[in-house]
Amino acid sequence: MTPDARPLLALRGLTKRYPTGDLALDGVDLEVPPGQVMALIGPSGAGKSTLIRCVNRLVEPSAGEVRLDGEDLTRLGRGALRRARRRMGMIFQEYALVERLSVMENVLSGRLGYTGFWAAWFRRFPRRDVVEAFRLLDRVGLAHMADKRADALSGGQRQRVGIVRALMQDPALLLVDEPTASLDPKTSRQIMRLLVELCEERGLAAIVNIHDVALAQEFARRIVGLRQGRIVFDGPAETLDAAALTRIYGEEDWSRTIRRAEAAEEEELA
Amino acid sequence: MAVSTAPDGTPLWRRRTPRGDLLVWLGWLCGVALAVACFQFISDRTIWMFVWDAPQQGADLVGRMFPPRWEYAHQLWKPLWDTVNMATLGTALAVVIGVPLAFLAAHNTTPSVVLVRPVALIVIVASRSINSLIWALVLVIILGPGELAGILAIALRSIGFIAKLLYEAIEEIDPTQVEALTATGASGAQVLTWGIVPQVMPAFAGITVFRWDINIREATVLGLVGAGGIGMQLEASINTLAWPQVTVIFALILATVLVSEWVSARVRHHII
Repeated sequence: MTPDARPLLALRGLTKRYPTGDLALDGVDLEVPPGQVMALIGPSGAGKSTLIRCVNRLVEPSAGEVRLDGEDLTRLGRGALRRARRRMGMIFQEYALVERLSVMENVLSGRLGYTGFWAAWFRRFPRRDVVEAFRLLDRVGLAHMADKRADALSGGQRQRVGIVRALMQDPALLLVDEPTASLDPKTSRQIMRLLVELCEERGLAAIVNIHDVALAQEFARRIVGLRQGRIVFDGPAETLDAAALTRIYGEEDWSRTIRRAEAAEEEELA
Repeated sequence: MAVSTAPDGTPLWRRRTPRGDLLVWLGWLCGVALAVACFQFISDRTIWMFVWDAPQQGADLVGRMFPPRWEYAHQLWKPLWDTVNMATLGTALAVVIGVPLAFLAAHNTTPSVVLVRPVALIVIVASRSINSLIWALVLVIILGPGELAGILAIALRSIGFIAKLLYEAIEEIDPTQVEALTATGASGAQVLTWGIVPQVMPAFAGITVFRWDINIREATVLGLVGAGGIGMQLEASINTLAWPQVTVIFALILATVLVSEWVSARVRHHII
């Protein structure tokens, strides 16, 4: 991270209070520079999911600013918000594919923001969108699945389709909500590796909500810890120690968690 | 749930407290007493003499209905065809009006929960609360006898049925699929056609063939009030005491309903 780089995304005093009175986010300040993959960790209910949903306004923030390339998204009208959303790809825990549509239709749905209603209704997408869809499906190893229905795929395959759909938007930022929580450990690592590789290839920034601390430490350079709607840790992955984890999650014996991450690191060095 | 302590100190568990047990038995007692009272009431208003000779009367009627006059079937093909058409066109019209109505009534797709949704719900309730036969009675007076009254009667009753079941299906969709499309920057109309419509398609197909199946059965009686179809032949035959013809009509209706059940079962199986 170069210090003079202008942030791609800047949150200022971002606050969300739900109608029930729960304060999910309490004045969050956060900057994400272009091309940075950042892991957002924290206990359940800390506001991780609310935070990324406030960025693309699937959840309306109560106060504060969300600036993408300097533009404050919280002030945008409907049309401008739709155009801004095209630049932010979102990836979900339960994949959120339209189950009864084909893989190809799900992938092309990433282009809906760029396509007129009737063109989309008749599935008449521009040639270059279709070419790009096949190229990306091939990149994640699913070209042969293009015609299958989404509900015929395994969890790992569905998440790959979810990633391709987000990339079809040609985004500058990925908002990733628990991408591995529904996957087995091996598939989880494959998906995280794929995500990080794709971000590097395309110079994409990403905010990745993740439960698994070891996985976060392994795949993200920067880790931000959220607790009760506030940022309580923000630093390089190596600096996340037992004291930091206690600050994020509360008192617990963290020695094994840390050791696991360190062991993985040593393995890679060896 | 009632927990108490036995004399030896171990905890005792009963499903209800003694008071709760008593109340449940009291409830059963009231129910039985009500049933007995109702039977008394009905019995007082029944002329039992007519009921006692019901077996003879029934046997006599069946005797007059057999053998069926099968030649009469040749005059029934046209009314039967009309009946099926009334049911089909009525269902189609109900789909055209009921589907948009369902989207206006569903909590998650209505343009306004305060203004539009209550109006849509009232239309649905109004349509559902009146039987096709009564709609037909009214429409025959307004439009004159014939198939048009029958088609509209079926459509008016079916709009509420289709819209109600469909809006319930719309409210039960998986919201994350909708969220995902919204996040791509898709417009509201695109989210509807790409995210919601595919999810309710099986429900829609099932509801429509189910209603069509019901409408075939309803269409067979609409003729009784002059709204076209095979019911008119039924009424004419009963009025002229032509019981062998009535048997033929019953047999044809039974066959038609069996075919429509088979078709709707196939369609539902195929789509779901």
